[in-house]
Amino acid sequence: MSEPMIRTEHLTRTFGRVKAVDDISLVVPEGIVFGFLGPNGAGKTTTIHLLLGLLEPTQGRAWVMGLDTRTQADGIRARSGALLEFSGLYERMTAEDNLDLYGRIYRMRPSDRKARIKELLDHLDLWDRRKEQVVKWSRGMKQKLAVARALFHHPKLIFLDEPTAGFDPVAAAALRADLSTLVAREGATVFLNTHNLTEAEKLCAQVGVIRNGKLLTVDNPDKLRMSKANPHVEITGRGFTEEILASVRGRPEVAGVRQENGKLLVELRGEAETAPLVTLIVRSGGEVEEVRRGESSLEDVFLTLMKESSHE
Amino acid sequence: MNDLWTMVWKEWRDTFFPQGRLANVGSLMFIALLGVVFPLIDRQGWLTLSAPMVLLNIFFPYYYILVYIGDSFAGERERHTLETMLASRISDRAILWGKVLSTVGYIWGMTLFVSLLSMGVVNLAQGGAWIFYSPVGQWLGVLILSLLGCLFSASGGVLVSLHSRTARQASQTFSLGSLGLFMAVYLILRALPPQLFAGLSGSQILLMVILFLVVLDAIILAISMASFRRSHLILS
Repeated sequence: MSEPMIRTEHLTRTFGRVKAVDDISLVVPEGIVFGFLGPNGAGKTTTIHLLLGLLEPTQGRAWVMGLDTRTQADGIRARSGALLEFSGLYERMTAEDNLDLYGRIYRMRPSDRKARIKELLDHLDLWDRRKEQVVKWSRGMKQKLAVARALFHHPKLIFLDEPTAGFDPVAAAALRADLSTLVAREGATVFLNTHNLTEAEKLCAQVGVIRNGKLLTVDNPDKLRMSKANPHVEITGRGFTEEILASVRGRPEVAGVRQENGKLLVELRGEAETAPLVTLIVRSGGEVEEVRRGESSLEDVFLTLMKESSHE
Repeated sequence: MNDLWTMVWKEWRDTFFPQGRLANVGSLMFIALLGVVFPLIDRQGWLTLSAPMVLLNIFFPYYYILVYIGDSFAGERERHTLETMLASRISDRAILWGKVLSTVGYIWGMTLFVSLLSMGVVNLAQGGAWIFYSPVGQWLGVLILSLLGCLFSASGGVLVSLHSRTARQASQTFSLGSLGLFMAVYLILRALPPQLFAGLSGSQILLMVILFLVVLDAIILAISMASFRRSHLILS
């Protein structure tokens, strides 16, 4: 069996009395986009710093591409690319120079650098603006350039830390699309830190959920949806009284009920049928206009996990 | 060596010659004043290495470095570019030396250029036979002092910048530190018995100062190297 791209064993990092990363054991196989999900301050960025060998673990160990993060961090950084919390671009330099700098850092030949700049900037529709100082660019353009920089030297592994954080939905979707096609074309493994669940759902083959430094679960998003969150029904209508809610809540196939914006949101256990519920509501005096059955989203899974972990 | 040149290239593009910016107005003023205006006022006197001219050649570049060096690490930290650089494959040594050498190269290179330019300006203004700095040995000594002063300023500045949260804090700390250092040296020199230097020639004193600066520069660079820790820089 081939060596996984990332392997950690009881990886722990404390800052004073705070455990930023707490006993994380994780395996990330080669060639996938791995999403590391968690709320702000969960320990996602610290994990990337540990995997890049920028911080030493307090306990435990980690191997990236088979290299020990404690003793072979230079090798890890030489074979990986990173887009960390900030774009890290030199804004007084031109876009072309920003990419050229990282090509030089990774010891690419001048002709290869030139060709790669053209290839990536063309792909991202930035070629015509390559001679401009980055300071004049929009945030979305800067982030696209930072993605290009992270991929510039054909790394086998790319760390992305909240690449679309703070973006409006349109800009985020555009960046996500660029990211997705570039990563697929390069065939690299991606370790993606995010708290954007749509992003994780669209890009990731596997996700890990972290909270307060602890890894809560790791799985394929579809399997997680099936195992951790229940399907739900959204009922639009009128006259949903407390009595109706109580009788719906009393049904064995119902895991939870709440009313939101005049709609009744019913969480089901397993693959229960919705017809008996609708009949019950109508017989109890409620008026039903529309019934929509929905699959659980990764957001539901995430919220369930957060709720479960806060009870522990 | 490749990495070092990469860092020097980056510093020149980002700090000293950014595109489309009037960043070099200060440098042009420095060149105009010390390379043209003052030599035209002093004429031949400029080439005789008078005390004010020596001071200008040593202290002007020293303080000029202060303008840039505080920004070296603290500025990158403020602009959030340091973390990405640290996450790359470039070595600690290349990052540190690249910052020191590019600053010294730029400022001292300019000092050397100004020194030669001023000689040309004096000769062109005078006409007649070509004259040179006199004594030549002392001119070379001043240039070496200037280089060591730049190295001291750059390595000390980098050390302070490594430990500062902002470029402003770095500049303030280093300016005040330099002032304190000069005062301490002055007080020590005053406290020493005058006869200690009585038997020494100017060249011998110059040599002693050069040796002192070489040792001081080596110590500060060694401390800077020891202070450069990726994990500390990431956390700060």
